[in-house]
Amino acid sequence: MSEMRFTKDHEWIKVEGSTGTVGITDYAQHALGDLVFVEVPEAGRTLKQGDECAVVESVKAASEVYSPASGTVVKANATIADQPGLVNESPEDKAWFFTITLSDPSELAGLMDRAAYDEYVKGLE
Amino acid sequence: MSPSDTVLLTTPLDALHRELGGKMVPFAGYAMPVQYPKGILGEHLATRSGAGLFDVSHMGQVTIEAADPAALLEKLVPGDIAGLGVGRTRYSVFTNPAGGILDDLMISKLAPTKLYLVVNAACKQADFAHMKDKLGADADIRMLDDRALLALQGPKAAEVMSGLCDGAAQQPFMSIRETQVAGIPALITRSGYTGEDGYEISVPSAKAEKLARLLLGLPGVEPVGLGARDSLRLEAGLCLYGSDIDTETSPIEAGLSWIIGKRRREQGGFPGADRILAELADSPAKRRVGIRPDGRAPARAHTEITDEAGNRLGEVTSGGFGPSLDGPLAMGYVPAAFAQPGTKVKLVVRGKPLDATIVAMPFVAHRYFKGV
Repeated sequence: MSEMRFTKDHEWIKVEGSTGTVGITDYAQHALGDLVFVEVPEAGRTLKQGDECAVVESVKAASEVYSPASGTVVKANATIADQPGLVNESPEDKAWFFTITLSDPSELAGLMDRAAYDEYVKGLE
Repeated sequence: MSPSDTVLLTTPLDALHRELGGKMVPFAGYAMPVQYPKGILGEHLATRSGAGLFDVSHMGQVTIEAADPAALLEKLVPGDIAGLGVGRTRYSVFTNPAGGILDDLMISKLAPTKLYLVVNAACKQADFAHMKDKLGADADIRMLDDRALLALQGPKAAEVMSGLCDGAAQQPFMSIRETQVAGIPALITRSGYTGEDGYEISVPSAKAEKLARLLLGLPGVEPVGLGARDSLRLEAGLCLYGSDIDTETSPIEAGLSWIIGKRRREQGGFPGADRILAELADSPAKRRVGIRPDGRAPARAHTEITDEAGNRLGEVTSGGFGPSLDGPLAMGYVPAAFAQPGTKVKLVVRGKPLDATIVAMPFVAHRYFKGV
């Protein structure tokens, strides 16, 4: 079973083989509120870890999503562009943002596991 | 010391906001709820379908008493206040000598010798000092710090208020009454900042929580925070002071020429009359317009507006997502030649020029009370 890893900016990545699936966490969607617009990256785009890769907007504000890992975007989730509210409903499952072919899997070691992320979030409240 | 370290003022409803799960944020020096657990989208739609209850106690409530307070106030605003009937309310602006706007406000005539004003929270100290300075020698000017202000807005507002206050449903739009709500002495104007029918209810601070709890206990009434207050007023095409109007913009540029009475146009006699009357006669260099992005991406304040060739026209002053429109919307300033509804422009969002169209405002039709 693949494990989710988390960033301090509240993105998650789930890795299977050399492919990662990226999204934002439940904490992030809750903090942002009802999302009304999501922009996902185009397939083929090359990202470095920490690059701005997507945009999420609530009624009130726009926020950037940063790539948790370096690589090339394979596929974006068109469903969330049509239904931004899905990110609020299913942030860590159905509302994945994009898949990415990892160029440097060793980067993942620098990300948090679920327990560490939960602890990190607790410290923010 | 950062602004977040400074001690925030609270309104008389502070404890209630927290009890209701309000997400408190600093606004104009006050801790205010930006939203409740329902969220901005839900609160916005609840106001358009039922009734939203807003705490606007941070706003400044002021009375001016004098032999002829209307004549005095006309020295500071371009509106016809002398012609305002007793019991009537009018929207106006304080102008500066350069024809810019110091604040926008509501002016009600309680008696020939007494006006009641509601001004913006962020401007209230400056407004008060300005009035004291210019009018204080001839008038008794008071800030009503001991009063709270609640707004009840939405298509069910009249029905809700009728149960607590005789004559509420019949009260004309833009009028004021000194009456009682559920036995609480209140000053009620039929006005608001959402484009919906509704009331603003001024009560003694000590009674505010009692009234708020009573209203929230009635069917269809939801607490609404500042987030939805902003999206509602934006859909209604109403200006936010400090964003859409400021000390540089004139009332004519802002599309507020309707607030300048006929007599004032002829006689002038308000700060900045030279510029303002010249712009009325000749058309101003730029105009506030409504803008609809053709796509789904919102364009926020300070987004650059260009023509189709990429030449800068101006910028967005308020922009976001309209829950009732179910799409993005903005207002901003463009040269008069580009202000015609239907004109195609570009909004530069995150470096990308996106197609947009100038549209007439309001974005969502006003539903003010038109009489029985």
